Parts: sequence; C-alpha cells; structure tokens
Amino acid sequence: MEDYSYLNVKGRIFDIQRYSIHDGIGIRTIVFLKGCALRCRWCCNPESQSYEIEAMMINGKPKVYGRDVTVREVMQTVRRDMPYYSRSDGGLTLSGGESLLQPEFAEALLHAGKALGVNTALESMGFAKYETIEKILPYLDTYLMDIKHMDPKKHEQWCGKENTMMVENARKIAASGMTHLIIRVPVVPGFNDTEKELVDIARFADSLPGVDEINILPYHNFGEGKYKGLGRDYPMGDAAKPTQEKMQGFKAAIERATNLYCQIGG
Amino acid sequence: MRAFDSTPMPKTERIKKLVADLFAKMPEIEAARAELITESFKSTEGLPIVTRKALAFRHILHGLPIVIRPGELIVGSTTLAPRGCQTYPEFSYDWLEAEFDTVEHRAADPFYISEETKQRLLKVNPYWKGKTTSELARSYMAPETLRAMDHNFFTPGNYYYNGVGHVNVHYDRVIYEGLRGIMAQASEELTKVKFCDPNYGDKKRFLEAVIISCQAVIDYAHRYSELAKELASKESDPKRKQELIKISETCAHVPENPARTFEEGLQAFWFVQQTLQIESSGHSISPGRFDQYMYPLYEKDIDAGVLTREYAQELLDCVWVKLNDLNKCRDAASAEGFAGYSLFQNLIVGGQTKDGRDATNDLSFMCLDATKHVFLPQPSISIRVWNGSAKELLIRAAEVTRTGIGFPAYYNDEIIIPAMENRGISIEDARNYCIIGCVEPHVPGKEDGWHDAAFFNMCRPLEMVFTNGVDNGEVASIQTGDVSNIGSYEEFKSAYKKQMDYNIALLVNADNAIDRAHAERCPLPFESALIDDCISRGVPLQQGGAHYNFTGPQGFGIANVADSLYTVKTLVFEQGKFTLKELGKAMAMNYGQGFDEITAKEAAMQAAKVMESKGESVNPDMISSIIQNVLTMQLPEDEKKRYEEIRNMIIDLPHYGNDIDEVDTIAREAAYYYTKPLPQYKNPRGGIFQAGLYPVSANVPLGAQTGATPDGRLAHTPVADGVSPTSGYDLNGPTASCNSVARLDHAMASNGTLFNMKIHPTAMSTEKDLEDFVSLVRGYFDQKGMHMQFNVVDRQTLLDAQAHPEKYAGLVVRVAGYSALFTTLSKSLQDDIIKRTEQGWDR
Repeated sequence: MEDYSYLNVKGRIFDIQRYSIHDGIGIRTIVFLKGCALRCRWCCNPESQSYEIEAMMINGKPKVYGRDVTVREVMQTVRRDMPYYSRSDGGLTLSGGESLLQPEFAEALLHAGKALGVNTALESMGFAKYETIEKILPYLDTYLMDIKHMDPKKHEQWCGKENTMMVENARKIAASGMTHLIIRVPVVPGFNDTEKELVDIARFADSLPGVDEINILPYHNFGEGKYKGLGRDYPMGDAAKPTQEKMQGFKAAIERATNLYCQIGG
Repeated sequence: MRAFDSTPMPKTERIKKLVADLFAKMPEIEAARAELITESFKSTEGLPIVTRKALAFRHILHGLPIVIRPGELIVGSTTLAPRGCQTYPEFSYDWLEAEFDTVEHRAADPFYISEETKQRLLKVNPYWKGKTTSELARSYMAPETLRAMDHNFFTPGNYYYNGVGHVNVHYDRVIYEGLRGIMAQASEELTKVKFCDPNYGDKKRFLEAVIISCQAVIDYAHRYSELAKELASKESDPKRKQELIKISETCAHVPENPARTFEEGLQAFWFVQQTLQIESSGHSISPGRFDQYMYPLYEKDIDAGVLTREYAQELLDCVWVKLNDLNKCRDAASAEGFAGYSLFQNLIVGGQTKDGRDATNDLSFMCLDATKHVFLPQPSISIRVWNGSAKELLIRAAEVTRTGIGFPAYYNDEIIIPAMENRGISIEDARNYCIIGCVEPHVPGKEDGWHDAAFFNMCRPLEMVFTNGVDNGEVASIQTGDVSNIGSYEEFKSAYKKQMDYNIALLVNADNAIDRAHAERCPLPFESALIDDCISRGVPLQQGGAHYNFTGPQGFGIANVADSLYTVKTLVFEQGKFTLKELGKAMAMNYGQGFDEITAKEAAMQAAKVMESKGESVNPDMISSIIQNVLTMQLPEDEKKRYEEIRNMIIDLPHYGNDIDEVDTIAREAAYYYTKPLPQYKNPRGGIFQAGLYPVSANVPLGAQTGATPDGRLAHTPVADGVSPTSGYDLNGPTASCNSVARLDHAMASNGTLFNMKIHPTAMSTEKDLEDFVSLVRGYFDQKGMHMQFNVVDRQTLLDAQAHPEKYAGLVVRVAGYSALFTTLSKSLQDDIIKRTEQGWDR
C-alpha cells in the first residue's frame, strides 16, 4: 500500500496565488508559507515574516493573515488549475516567508505536487540545515534561490542574519545535481545596487555546477502600504526603484563577467 | 496542405493615409437611398413584393451616388462621406424623425445630419406609414407580448426596427463562379418550374428577382469601372493613373465573372459585402472564413509570381479599411445596446477544414496582421482554436490581443462543433463554422440563424417572484403567488422557472411576429441568391429558403441570477438570516441606498396612473413634487441599517466566478432556465429556437431598467455581462474565473456565449507571458468553454481617457462581442468596462 500520510501534514500559510506567471515555468500556483528567519528591509510581504497569525488593515478593514491547513486542503486548490499546468508545463511553487522553517510541511507539499504530476518549484533563501534541504530535493524540479549579498556583515545589517549557511547550502544543492538551481538577486538601492556587488554574486553563482541562469529583480515599493496596515514603519523610506536602464546595465555587466544568462525579473 | 509562411509584412504609407482620411470627419446621414427606394416603390405598387424589392435594389444601385476615395485600391462606397450611412425607411423611420435634433449630440454613436437631408427624408418617409416591417410585426404580437416588452422583460428591437443581416453568404461562389454563375443557376431552375406547380408564381417571381438583383450588382460594378476610367484620364500622377486603370479593368470583370487574381477576388468580395448592406439594413453581415475562401487565389498568384506577400498584405489592409467605411445609424436605445458604431462584420481565421484538418495558412496570419496595421474596430476579427491549432498562429493572435485592441476573440472548435451537431447540423458543415456578429456560430452560406433575435433579461422574472408578477403598479407577468408563501428553496426555484417559462414563450411570440413581417414585407432576393438552398427551392431566405433555419435570442444576467439563487438558498432557507419577504422589501428599498431618478419617475408615473383611474386630474407640478419626494425620501434609521446589514451579508457570500463548486453549479442551473426551454419552440421558417448567452452592450441600458436584485446589486446598475462573473466579484484570479465560467453547459447555448476578461498589460509583456496567455485560453477550452475575449489596458489609462478623450481618439477597447473606440462610448458603458476586473497581478 502506498503511504498517503503526507497529505495529512499540517502547516501554516498566509496566501495561495493562482495564475502566477513570473515565478518558474508556465502557469503556476504559489503557496505562501508563513514565517521567516530574515527581516530584509525591502521585504514586500511583511505579513509573511512572523509565524504568528496576525491581522493587517486593508482599505480600513482588518484581514487575518495566517491559517493552519493540511497538505490535502492546499492541494484541493492547487489541483483546480491542472488544465493550465498541463498546457504550460507549469505547476506548484512554494514561497514565503522561508518555507524551510516548516520543513515537513514543505516536503509534503512538494511530494503532493510530484504525485499530481506537475512541475514543482521553491523560492527560498536556503535558511536551514542541509540535511533538511536534502530531504525535499527528490520532489523539487526547480530551486529559485535568493542570494542577496556575498558580504556576511552587510547581509546581517540589512537582513538580520549572516549569509554563511545559505551560501554553503547553495554549493551543496548545486553539487547534489538533484534540482535545477536558479539564483535570484533582489536589486536593492543602497544595499547591493552596484555593478561590483552584483557581479560578485553572479561570479559565485557561475562557480556552482549546473547553474546557468541568474535573475535580477528590481526593488519595488508595492509592499509599503502593508507595513502601515501592520502598524509598522516602512524601512525603505522613499528609496527609488532602479530604472530600466540601470537594470539593463547590470544585466550586461553580469553577462560580460560570467557565462550565465541573466534575466531581469522572475 | 502546404506549410504556412508567417513572416510579418510592413504597413504601408497608403494605409496610414486611408485610415486618417476615414476619421477626418464625424459620420453623416445621407438621404439618397431613402429617396431611391421610395421612388421605386411608388412606381411598382401592385406587383409581388419580391419583384418590387428586386426592382428597388436595381433602382438604388443605378442611382446611388458613387465615389472612389483618394488612394483606394478596393473601391465601392455606400455614402459620399466616409463612414456615413444611408437610411432604410422600409423597416422603420419614425424614430429617426423623432431624433432629428438629438442624433448629432446623443451619447452613444452620434451622427451628423444636415438640414437639407432632414428635409429630403421628411419628404419621402410619409410614404412608408403603415407599410413598414415594424408596424406589421406589432400587429402580429399578442397583447401580453406587448405588455412584457413595455415592462422590459426582453427587447427584440434589433429586427423590429431594422433588417436582419446576421448571415454569412457564399462569397466563394461569387469569387469563383461570378454572379453570372449564380444567374445561370437561377435560369436553370426557372426552366424546371412546372405549370402545375402549386408555387409556380412564387418560385418564378423569386428566381426572376434573383436574376434582376445579380444584374443590378454587376451594373453597379460597371459604374465604378467607368468612374475609375474617367478619373484615370484626369489623373496627373502616373502611378495613381495606373492604379485607376487597373481598378477600372477589375470592376469591369468582377463580380460578374470568376476572379482571375487575388486582387480581383478581394474586389468581388467587397462588392458583395457592400451591396448586401445596401439591400437591407441588417448588421453583422459577416465575412466569415475569409482566410479559407481567399486562399486558392492567393496561392495561385504567389506560385505564378504575379503577387508579392507585401502587396497582398496592402490589399488586405485596404479591405480592412473599407470594412470601417460602412456604418449604420440606429435608434438611440439600440445605439446604447450596440454602442461603438459597430457593424459586427465578423471575420474568422484558423480552425479546421471540412474534413477535420488544421486550416491555418499564410492568410490566417496576414488577416491578424491587417488588424494590427489598420487598428480599427472592423472587422471583428476572431480565431478558431482546436486541439490541433498551429501554435504560431495562437502566439500571433496573442500578440494582437496584447495591443489592447480587444481582438481577436477566441473560439473553441471542440465545443462549438458538437453543439452544432446537436442541433442537427452535419459534421462537415459544423467543422466549417464561422462566427456571426458577436459570438454566434453559423454554417457559412447555408444558414438563416436569426442570431441576436432579442435580449432577454433573466433578472426581470426574478424580480417578479418577489412582486407576484406586479411591476410599476400593474400586473406584468404571470402571478406566482405571494412571496411569503414560498416555503423552501425548491419552491422558490419553481416560481422562478414559471416566471421564466412564461416570458420565454412571449419572447418567442415577439420574434415569430417579426419573422413573419420580414417574410411578407422584406424578402431580400440578392441575399437569398447567395445562400443555399434558396435558389434550388425557389424560396427567399426570409420565407425559409435556407438549408438551416434557427432563431437565436440571447439571455443575460447569469451571474446575478446565480448569486441571487445562492443568497436565497443559504441566507434565507439554510441559515434563516432573513425571510423572502424581508429580502423583497430590502430590494424594493434599494437596500437602503436611496433612490435614483429612474425609481422616482417610475413612482410618479405609478401615482399618476392611480389618480387618473380614480378620475382625478394630474398636473406636471404634482409629478415633479412626487419625484422630489422620492429622491429626498429618508428611511427610518433602523430600517436603513437593517437593509444595509442584509446587503453586507449577501456581499460576504461566495460568488460565481471564484471556482467554488456549490455556487458554480447553481450558475449552471440558472443558465438552463433560459437555454433548455427554447429549443422546443419553432419559428415560421421551419427551424427551432436556440439560446445564446451574451448581452452585446445591453447589460448597461437594460440594467438601468432592472430594480435591485437578491445578489445585492443595486437598482438600475449594470447587469453582469455575458457569462462573465459580476464585475469586482471574481477575486481568485483568471484561472478561477475561467473554471467557473467553464462549468456552465456551453453546448446548450449553441447560439453562443460570451466571456469577457480584462488582463493587465504587465501580464502580457514578455514572450513567456504570451505563451502562458495561450495556455490560459487552452486550459479554459480544455474544460469546454466556448469563447473568450480580452481587454488589455490598465485602469489608469481608461480613467485618463475618460477625463481627456481628446488624447485617446484611437483607443480601441473590447465592449462585448466586438471592439469600439473607447471615447465614443457613453459614460455608463465606459464605467462598466473600467469596472470589469483586471486580472493577472503579482504579489
């Protein structure tokens, strides 16, 4: 008898977004897991950070973020878009928060995605022990891994934690050869928006076996209203979004310095 | 079939200039046709009607002023001024006289009309008194039907006031056999008419009328040939001179004879398309599978090396411009229902051949490109999608969608073909389907589908359940009893079904009355000549000569009815939050949100009627004071609060459009209340009724005639459009909306369904986006959805266009089954389009 117990695993999510077309191949459904280890100043989903269920004000009304669900319940929504996954080679993407903080839940969700026969992807910083990550790799087609900076100190200043473990995990994930690893870099004004800092990350990515693509994602301030809704100050103030020309310049610099294909946006 | 070449060709300077010239002035009404038909009819009194129609058609084509516009390669214009229109007093005329002073300034589709034209029309119109189709139709209707129309349950206004149109004819026969071929067939049939045939006279007159009409079109083309020759003789530019000489030669040869080249084929097509609209005032005369019937000539010329793809594209673009040169002035109310000066000339590419293979060819791509080049509302371009569609064609279609023009509309062979077979159409004919007008599947050259036969407002019978059939103080529908006596959801549904069935029967009565009026007063011999089996049976189209006959009236308001039934099921009967009576009261009080002018006027008229019936006199001051009272009426605070509370409970319920099985199943059932009863009814042409589910743009004006509904919709606001979810209620993204809509039984709505979706430009920017967009369409179609169309323009742009129309003269948007220039639409319709949910945002 096949073991379906993974369908009963519970976890905490704060949203499910359908028809997502900018996070992995094809048409995807993104499941957002609640709770994060980092506190990146530019984070556009501040409601993702705390594991606690919380209310955020939207248009003057409180809306509760965070609910505990089983994998079976999540998959009932995910499977509704099967016709679109089939036509586009799309599927399920886990995002957060940091999904790896709910490792059993993340593993079970990805397992269920593969059982459904769809493409699976994970957006994550890799903030977990490698033994944890290793368990999910058999169910993971694409790992969209955030590397925000190569300097551990600056990383800690802006994100609240050093990057040492995550960089090390990137090496191990790449070496495993079990998933298609793509490196993603948010381009944040004042933090890493110089050619040197971005090329440093790209060079590291290029050194990883099997990695052939890097995505640079321009900072945006769409999350600003959410901070207010949570009664928090917006840490980025009125920092300007990188211009299209600037992003094109970074792309060109990265492609000059490495063998990677660099894409602007996800 | 050979492999296609999809390389895009450039847009030429000529096309830019033709488009600019077309829009240099506001469209104008001209009087020549009205004068000519009246002259002819006066001289033919006493002759059989079909003969009179043929002679009048000939008189018009001999006398109508003709013009070749600068730079045109394809010629033939119905009016001297670009985008002008003629009038058609034989169908109806009094509305235009009543609107003489307002037509130029009305909100929807204004037309300029000169004093001179008014005088000319006033001279000829009186002849038609008592002779129009609308008057005869009215005399055939039951009193209950007239009452239902007065109370806005449905409106058959389209064919009541105008010609029917809504066909696709054998353009291919004219192109490949010439009108001579068709005349030869009619002559042949004439020799077969027997003296002892009971229909001897009818057949003979009809076949003779066919021959007269075809000859008239040939004569018309020859007039253009002469004009081109004359212009050539005066032309100083040698290049243009050559063009005019060629035009002269072409018009001397086609449509009389088979076309020898692609260019001649296009000119033959155009004369047919144009003269069909001169013959009658019907709109939605649809070119159909243009890429299929034009292809053999294109292929022959390309192979022979006498045609380049560049020139072929320029010629196509010229035809596209001409399709925008035709226009039609409708009465003010209809203009709101069909807003945007649209003639709904639907032209479809792709799909399957009759024998079920992929039909994509070079022209399929070039037609889509022509729409990109000309960037105007005509033709209504569509694409057929099936499991074997060429991916390149779908991506090219998505590129056109991305421009925001609202084209093409996407149609699903995999549901339309079986739906047509289910109505008795052969598999070959079904595979060969085209689309008429907005969304109506149709057998090319073989069908009289009477698509668009009426708008049926599914919300009105729902209101009648709450008022026991009383509307504005009088009994307007069947009485299903006091709503307080309804004890269960099943009983409620059964009352709604009774209200629906009763009004559907009246709708049938109205359509059949109009159908008979057209048969008697407006047989159209030229149109009939081009549709099977009119000639072989010797019967005009309007009297049942077509191979396939249908009547297709369309219902709308599925989303409102579905959400309303769900409200009653859950909040009234499952949870007991309020009673039906209280809900009815809340609706009557517009959920405590105050009353608008429409309600106030209705109340005043109602009070006036009561007073008059008591023998009291009513004066205008009393009316205006009642209106003022209603407008400023304040409900007691607790009552108002309770109604708002009720409405909030309703709004917080799950709604249709969010991929929720329980609600969507009710929507499926709601659609059945309209689609299932219709096919039991027959029309006078020997066919059956079949339902459509689409509103054109009538969801806005007809919504203005609808009180508050149990889904929380406020009085007189728009009803949901087509099968789309209510604006702003679909919150789970495009795939969820698609899944909900696909859950309806589209096959039962074989006269077409219409699903509008608004996509934000950021969801269509990259190549990957386009691929995913195509997958979205395919995913919807895999679940047996029938049709989809898109507005790709952001809300900000539309709001800005509303504020600064002068900056957005060229902004084309999808309205319903067609696109129109946004700035030409009325404010309320603009608001409705802005409100349709914008899908495809990212976290």
